[in-house]
Amino acid sequence: MKNRMSKLIALLAVSAMVMGTLAGCGSTEEAAPVEETVVEETAPAEAAPEEAAPAEEVAPAEETADLSGSISMAGSTSMEKLATALSEVFMAKYPGVTVTAEFTGSSAGIESLAAGSVDIGNSSRALKDSEKEAGAVENIVAIDGIAVVVDPANAVAGLTKDQLIGIYKGEIKNWSEVGGTDAPIVVVGREAGSGTRGAFEELLEVEDACAYANELDSTGAVMAKVASTPGAIGYVSLDVVDETVIAVALDEVAPTEENIKAGSYFLSRPFVMATKGEVAEQSEAVQGLFEFLASDEGKELIKSVGLITVE
Amino acid sequence: MTNNKANTFSIIGSLKTKSKVEKSAQVVFTTCAFFAVLAVFSITIYMILNGAPALSKVGIGDILFGTVWKPTASEPSYGILYVILTSIIGTFLSILVGVPIGLFTAIFLAEVAPRKLAGIVKPAVELLAGIPSVIYGLLGLLLLNPVMYKWELLIFKNDPDHQFTGGANLISAVIVLAIMILPTVINISESAIKAVPKHLKEASLALGGSHIQTIFKVMIPAAKSGIVTAIVLGVGRAIGEAMAISLVSGSSVNVPLPFNSVRFLTTAIVSEMGYASDLHREVLFTIGLVLFLFIMIINLLLTKVLKKGENENDK
Repeated sequence: MKNRMSKLIALLAVSAMVMGTLAGCGSTEEAAPVEETVVEETAPAEAAPEEAAPAEEVAPAEETADLSGSISMAGSTSMEKLATALSEVFMAKYPGVTVTAEFTGSSAGIESLAAGSVDIGNSSRALKDSEKEAGAVENIVAIDGIAVVVDPANAVAGLTKDQLIGIYKGEIKNWSEVGGTDAPIVVVGREAGSGTRGAFEELLEVEDACAYANELDSTGAVMAKVASTPGAIGYVSLDVVDETVIAVALDEVAPTEENIKAGSYFLSRPFVMATKGEVAEQSEAVQGLFEFLASDEGKELIKSVGLITVE
Repeated sequence: MTNNKANTFSIIGSLKTKSKVEKSAQVVFTTCAFFAVLAVFSITIYMILNGAPALSKVGIGDILFGTVWKPTASEPSYGILYVILTSIIGTFLSILVGVPIGLFTAIFLAEVAPRKLAGIVKPAVELLAGIPSVIYGLLGLLLLNPVMYKWELLIFKNDPDHQFTGGANLISAVIVLAIMILPTVINISESAIKAVPKHLKEASLALGGSHIQTIFKVMIPAAKSGIVTAIVLGVGRAIGEAMAISLVSGSSVNVPLPFNSVRFLTTAIVSEMGYASDLHREVLFTIGLVLFLFIMIINLLLTKVLKKGENENDK
């Protein structure tokens, strides 16, 4: 009898161990896919904080009006961040509205608008006359500004557009050539695919012609490198500039929000959400979208993706 | 638990229960082993499935032997030759710097150092292994790069063609990598040296060889296979490192010369994965595949070396 009892206990012990091992296997099995998703999520790391911000606003925004319908957008890839954030927040605020956004490029977006296949054509440049003739109306919703920054000890106060192009193409290699001290220029930029790099090169018309000495993969890294390296020059989104670097004047115009809104600072571009005919002629949903962009909540959203609002 | 009670009784009461216990244990162990194998296979298949398409779309030659990396240009170009060369040369140089230092430290620890001093150095080396790679990178960025920039200013003062990098260059990356492989090299070579049979050392000393002669002519040759293992593992660590060198190497695609800003296979993936799309993204997976193959080759080499070492010891 006693023997039987101890046998039973032993069997229980063995089965507990087996269960334990099985549980161990189970958890390793689960661990693998979890890690995978983490990797995928961290990949667009930089987009995360900006997207997180509008997501927070979603919660209190549920006292909704009764808009319904669908809005389709197409156009600029540079406006992807803004358009995605906007559609997410807008759809959360008005659950009856479906917003779809495609990113095909500014010109293609306006073409689709003219053809009537979308409600809004996104363009990261001012509309051309030909496009306006085709019926597109330019609604500037935000402005994208880029600051050129140098290390705090740099004596150069301003650069002209040609000097900036020369520096980034690698033709100007010493600060003495642009009125500074005799020190080499360390050209810092962003990695291929970055929106800031795309905008910078597009505005200066130096696409794929830049000679970077450092290609860093985040705005923070560019700021840190420029701040700590004598003779460094870099570009960042205007809203992150702080006292660790100097933002230089371009063509004698200081990089301030006022100058950008006035249009005198050349490293900036309008983000246009063009409509076919005036906004007032559009569907209620589209009108609601523009009203939302003009509201305080919409302005917050625009700022949260690093852009400047239009007043 | 069962061990404690083994004295009083046996769980294998009958032939029937025995075969049950044996069988269930076998199933459990097989299942667990299967998961490890499954992970390796799924990673391999995933890498090949994702990395191979770009090879045919762009052309194997254009990717592996092209020198222009412009993935976002209107006419994109995906040449990663410089990136591959950088990884090979950077790893080779860091081994060249790190292995002698590591090996001599190992000899010091195993043979030369007084017991007390070894008691300080050994934990320090182990601590070095525990420091996260991003810390190495930060220190490199803050301490090494400014020094390198001073050298750069001095050396290329009158060279109008040189592109100044602010100290973010191949040398910085090599130094950081060399420090990072030290713990691996030291620990493994030390145990290899300690494992040399005592009679070899005693015989050498008895024949009139000095301590240093004994170390270099007897102990190191005898510990050869262990030291080779250490080097191969060091190569593996160096070639797979990304975080530390992405901070110190400048990350521009250039010919791997000492004072050029360079991009490694690992940093190429890390720095561009965030915004890459379509073919660009696929090519990044191809870079991952190339890296994967490199590491596979190193591992195969390692197993071969280890097997050879075992055979030698058997004789």
